[in-house]
Amino acid sequence: MTKIVVAVKYVPDATADRTFSADNTVDREGVDGLLSELDEYAVEQALQVVEAGDGEVTVLTVGPEDAADAVRKALQMGADAGVHVQDDAIHGSDAFATSLILAKAIEKLEYDMVFFGMASTDGGLGVVPTLVAERLGLPAVTFASEITVDGDTVKIRRDGDVATQEIEASGKLVVSVTDQTGEARYPSFKGIMAAKKKPVEEWTLEDIGVDASSVGLDNAWTKVESYEPRPPRTAGEIVTDEGDGGAKLVEFLAAKKFV
Amino acid sequence: MTEVLVLIDAPDGKVTKPSLELLTIARRIGEPSAVVFGSADTDTLTQYGAEKIYTYDDAVYSEFLVGPKAEALAQLVTETSPAAVLVGASTEGKEISARVALKTESGWISDAVDVQASGDSVTTTQSVFAGNFTVQSSITKGAPVITVKPNSTTPEAAAGAGAVEAKTAEVSEAAKTAKITSTKVKEASGRPELTEAAIVVSGGRGTGGDFTEVEAFADTLGAAVGASRAAVDSGWYPHSFQVGQTGKTVSPQLYVANGISGAIQHRAGMQTSKTIVAVNKDDEAPIFELVDFGVVGDLKSVLPQATEEVKKRKG
Ligand SMILES: Cc1cc2nc3c(=O)[nH]c(=O)nc-3n(C[C@H](O)[C@H](O)[C@H](O)COP(=O)(O)OP(=O)(O)OC[C@H]3O[C@@H](n4cnc5c(N)ncnc54)[C@H](O)[C@@H]3O)c2cc1C
Ligand SMILES: Cc1cc2nc3c(=O)[nH]c(=O)nc-3n(C[C@H](O)[C@H](O)[C@H](O)COP(=O)(O)OP(=O)(O)OC[C@H]3O[C@@H](n4cnc5c(N)ncnc54)[C@H](O)[C@@H]3O)c2cc1C
Repeated sequence: MTKIVVAVKYVPDATADRTFSADNTVDREGVDGLLSELDEYAVEQALQVVEAGDGEVTVLTVGPEDAADAVRKALQMGADAGVHVQDDAIHGSDAFATSLILAKAIEKLEYDMVFFGMASTDGGLGVVPTLVAERLGLPAVTFASEITVDGDTVKIRRDGDVATQEIEASGKLVVSVTDQTGEARYPSFKGIMAAKKKPVEEWTLEDIGVDASSVGLDNAWTKVESYEPRPPRTAGEIVTDEGDGGAKLVEFLAAKKFV
Repeated sequence: MTEVLVLIDAPDGKVTKPSLELLTIARRIGEPSAVVFGSADTDTLTQYGAEKIYTYDDAVYSEFLVGPKAEALAQLVTETSPAAVLVGASTEGKEISARVALKTESGWISDAVDVQASGDSVTTTQSVFAGNFTVQSSITKGAPVITVKPNSTTPEAAAGAGAVEAKTAEVSEAAKTAKITSTKVKEASGRPELTEAAIVVSGGRGTGGDFTEVEAFADTLGAAVGASRAAVDSGWYPHSFQVGQTGKTVSPQLYVANGISGAIQHRAGMQTSKTIVAVNKDDEAPIFELVDFGVVGDLKSVLPQATEEVKKRKG
């Protein structure tokens, strides 16, 4: 019986016009949100591990009311249960507070492994998994491109910049999953119907024993001072190839001293 | 002046260009101290301004993932109370530094494209939301721990004292988990490293799987080759060359996108390039919204002609 917790984030749609609110935090109202696409890969891998043996997948999210959508999507894909940590004091949290809330919620759950996406599609820091592992005192294998569970041992392949590594770990473990692990499934009609009956717990900071004074915008260790939209690019020159496209391209490059 | 700790990246002992950039940035804030796990060419570090060079030499740093390095660096932060800690914004650099920040209760800023001294503190510039916004940030607690993207500045030589100090650190058992059982180093392509290159020539689905023309053009320009996720997912090019949100972020002087539509996730990895050029047969491809120069045409004919033209001009 393998119990896997998958942390999933609810994020503003990357293809819409994302912006900031008056307090310099991400505007999560003006743009539709969704389950961070990269977390779908983590849900998929967890489901595969459980399907290959015997087990249970619980999805966990920290976010405002709408973040329940992210949990629902994962349940529709096949996860068994959900946990949603929601509290007004969480607004504006930095990576450290987020990792604290996640770690405390995970401690309250029964688990063998915790899966994460490689990075969210909004903050995109990619360090929440490693920070949660640090807080829980667990090994972290991040940026996994292949995961095999063999009894008590987990074998993971990491495809880095200069080398491919094989990692072995046993016992409780944190894993972050890349988009190289293979396509995530779409919820089936049956999955969508079944999700309606699955349990979702709502927890506040008090439920997980986190003090409001250690999270939120006012207590963040990092502060956004100001933001500005990038100046629009001035319209470039576009030519249609009439047998001389390559030559014209090089003319441009030469004028810019690249050749 | 206060020390600024700079974590050095030096595969096979050779200090990378992004590490030299970090030493250059460190001088704006205080006195650069290089921190080396394994070995690094100390002459180069000295020539680029390292006043001190802390070296950690123990197999534990290569046998396990980031845990031991993070513990050692955190101990050094406590010992030296630096004005800042600068680390390259690689996946490993981010993980090590974020853990250091957590252990030392310091604010952490990721993917800075610029770092400036401001009074007795530091402010950074980040480029966020696929490069659509520029953000100024600072930290409110501890010593600023900052990861900096490659190409954020030009390395400038400045002689430092280069005093080498061999260090040892206490590495807990907890940090020695997740053992690396094998490491296969990838074959070098012979081309410049993607994130460091001054010119990047990329190919996408429009190559139809044949990167010959893209590579030939890249080679006449001395450029690195990149690829879109569509090309990588199709198995046409290795993942380590993918440009974009889940691949590399590049910020070269010149980016040439060939047969790439310009999806938001691809833009996230190249939008801050200084000059952008595209070849695409669809005049409505979103990539054309970004370009300084675009050719509507088939890359199979445009690129070979461009390659010949460059060769002619070079004589
Ligand atoms: C543009 C931008 C820049 C930022 N820069 C900084 C900075 O420099 N320093 C800093 O401290 N903070 C920064 N933040 C804040 C930080 O992004 C948030 O604290 C965020 O909640 C955690 O980081 P992330 O979204 O980048 O997660 P990542 O580390 O990218 O996420 C990795 C994985 O962790 C899990 N996860 C992350 N958040 C949640 C959640 N709320 N619920 C469940 N699972 C989750 C998911 O599995 C996800 O795939 C920034 C935010 C934005 C939007
Ligand atoms: C969570 C997530 C993360 C992602 N991360 C990344 C990432 O890191 N990097 C990335 O690139 N993508 C990423 N993607 C995928 C991205 O959304 C696009 O699907 C991808 O970038 C498309 O690649 P492409 O432009 O090569 O292919 P297409 O979009 O299919 O475009 C091909 C283009 O080639 C042109 N073309 C065809 N034939 C020719 C020819 N002979 N000559 C000239 N032009 C021709 C066509 O007109 C078209 O514009 C991600 C997606 C998601 C959801």
